[in-house]
Amino acid sequence: MNKIPKKNKKKLSPIDRVKDIFAYFSTYLLLLILTVAILYPVMWILGSAFNEGTSLASASAIPKNPTLNNFVKLFKETDYEKWYLNTLTIAIANMVVSVLIVGTMGYVFARLKFAGKRVGLLVILILQMFPSFMGMIAIYVLFLNFGLLNQPLALVIIYSAGQIPYNTWLIKGYLKNVPISLDEAAQIDGATKLQTYTKVILPVMFPILTFVAVTQFMAPWFDYILPSFLITSTEKKTLAVGLYELINGQANTNFTMFAAGSVLVAVPVAILYLFLQKYLIEGLSAGANKG
Amino acid sequence: MSNKKKKKWWQKLIGEKMTNSGWLSFFIFGLGQLKNKQKGKALILFAFQFAYVFIEVITSKLVKGVIPNQPEYWGYGFFRKGIHGFITLGETTGGRFRDNSPVMMIEGIMVFVLILIYIVIWKMNIKDANDTNLSIQRTGIVQSSKAFFAERFETGFAYIVSTPALLLLLFVSIVPILFAFLIAFTNYDAYHNPPSDLIDWVGFANFFKVIKLAGWRTTFAGVASWTVIWAILSTMTTFFGGLLLAVVINSKRVVLKKMWRTIMILPWAIPGMISLLVFRNFFNQTYGPLNAMLGMDIPWLNDPIMVKVTLVIINFWLGVPYFMMLMTGILTSFDKTLYEAATVDGANSRQTFWSITFPILSAQVFPLLIMSFAGNFNNFGIVFFLTGGGPRNLAYEYAGHSDILITWIYNMTKDFKMYNMASVMSIIIFLIIGGISTWNFLRSDAFKEDN
Repeated sequence: MNKIPKKNKKKLSPIDRVKDIFAYFSTYLLLLILTVAILYPVMWILGSAFNEGTSLASASAIPKNPTLNNFVKLFKETDYEKWYLNTLTIAIANMVVSVLIVGTMGYVFARLKFAGKRVGLLVILILQMFPSFMGMIAIYVLFLNFGLLNQPLALVIIYSAGQIPYNTWLIKGYLKNVPISLDEAAQIDGATKLQTYTKVILPVMFPILTFVAVTQFMAPWFDYILPSFLITSTEKKTLAVGLYELINGQANTNFTMFAAGSVLVAVPVAILYLFLQKYLIEGLSAGANKG
Repeated sequence: MSNKKKKKWWQKLIGEKMTNSGWLSFFIFGLGQLKNKQKGKALILFAFQFAYVFIEVITSKLVKGVIPNQPEYWGYGFFRKGIHGFITLGETTGGRFRDNSPVMMIEGIMVFVLILIYIVIWKMNIKDANDTNLSIQRTGIVQSSKAFFAERFETGFAYIVSTPALLLLLFVSIVPILFAFLIAFTNYDAYHNPPSDLIDWVGFANFFKVIKLAGWRTTFAGVASWTVIWAILSTMTTFFGGLLLAVVINSKRVVLKKMWRTIMILPWAIPGMISLLVFRNFFNQTYGPLNAMLGMDIPWLNDPIMVKVTLVIINFWLGVPYFMMLMTGILTSFDKTLYEAATVDGANSRQTFWSITFPILSAQVFPLLIMSFAGNFNNFGIVFFLTGGGPRNLAYEYAGHSDILITWIYNMTKDFKMYNMASVMSIIIFLIIGGISTWNFLRSDAFKEDN
């Protein structure tokens, strides 16, 4: 409290003093209200996972008799394990393929001069404006014809293709801050473009490629639309579809099981995000600046 | 350059000066290269052309006359059949010779794309034969194919390494999007169910439906206006919420800044889909804990007006952390001398905020706001997972009260098979979002630099 007069170097009038107290009070009140608004739903779902009953009505933030039954049931009665494994496979494959493709594309569009570059940039810019499922009917027919339907790994083709435009722009923007003299020095030393890329640019791109890797790894975990169209059998489902179908319209029989399933996937993700927050936010704002 | 006006159309297409080698390659890929004594290159180019011809012939031979009484066009080769199918979208229905219109359309698009690639290679093949021939005439030196490829790998590096990505984009993004666009000009809907029915081109009829038919017009007007209101409200609330929170936590009154920030970004760290499915139950009117806690019976997600308010509230919960983090980053990178100067001039904290902090912030954040607007405009997840479009609206065609354009399209596609109308709406969304994004992009530094 006594910091304020020192700073203003003036003695506060009684009215200002009341105003100041009010400002303190409202600041902390706001923070407290928001904290409750954020933490209550989180506590509720955590608590629900350990509740005894199965229904929504019986779920509470602080379970009376905490139990692990919901987790046991989740593994026994559903294919949760398989969903988790399917999604993990897709996620890893998508991460690897995406980083390989996007790193190269980013380098090409950021550093090299070639005819058709502006057209290419505009085309990928336009492509990223389309909602992802707009071409779904066509993709369905194409997959049907090539026998790729109901094959989880085939989803990787679409995930990795779909993110090329956005991430190319992202990396292009990132490389703008890397001095071009690096490339030029390498080329004076007789390096080919491939060597310049692998030996000079790739190490520099490491932070942004990590961002791409994390986001691409995360994408399949919570994408519902694509697998709901292209995967038909239960044991090949991904986690997002499995969880959604567990709860959709059946909140009264499966709610606590759904809570358990959500907690198992959301907790590791949230920890990862909090851990990498600085990194991820940098990537996000770089993507928004596009340049 | 001086005889620019006299240039014939074919000169524009294949190059100004045609040599003998050029003419040879004009007819058969690689023949000109062979004359230029570049065997490796010639072989590769010829193999390319041969592959196309081979596919056309073999696909025709395999099916032609295999089944008695089959329609004549069933015996066409892959490319001819593709084009024929694209134009007619199938002629026979029922029985063993039935045509599958959507498949024919996609095959047609792919054939067009493949032909386009063929033409590009053909052009390059002629140009290369000409250039090599002219260089041999000038210098008398024949470059070996091997040396050529080594050089090409360096000069054409950009094209070579991006080919896989471009092919992927072509067949997974561009072809499906072209297909989706073209569907808007057909009668592919719930009443035409391929392969038992055929689909036909109908021109702009579906676009007129949106204007003329009362049901579609009401739905479109209702859904589109809610989408715009939603996009503006959700962007503005999260932006100002995030700004307020960043400023508040940044202020000198607050202790334990790090703890508060960690709590506030928690909603961002939790996967959106999980949060939304949880909220759907949290806000449940009858069994949800919120009404139980408040001891009230508020129809959060069941009332046409209330559902919209709830959506904005939940979006606030989900979206504020992102803007808060962005603003915190920008605020901490601020030039402190600006504030000092303002304080010296006698500005109070409110004045400093509105005349210094806010203008600088908005300039930096404006592109982000536009992106956020576009993102919210197409925020499929929040509506789909929270309300599924509900509550029902009987005056609407295939949409509920809380549906935005994108979820309406999804409903039409997935549940009601109104593919053509969904496609019309996609085109409209594309024009709106594409227009805004392009405008945002054109005024950005990135574009100006690449000019």
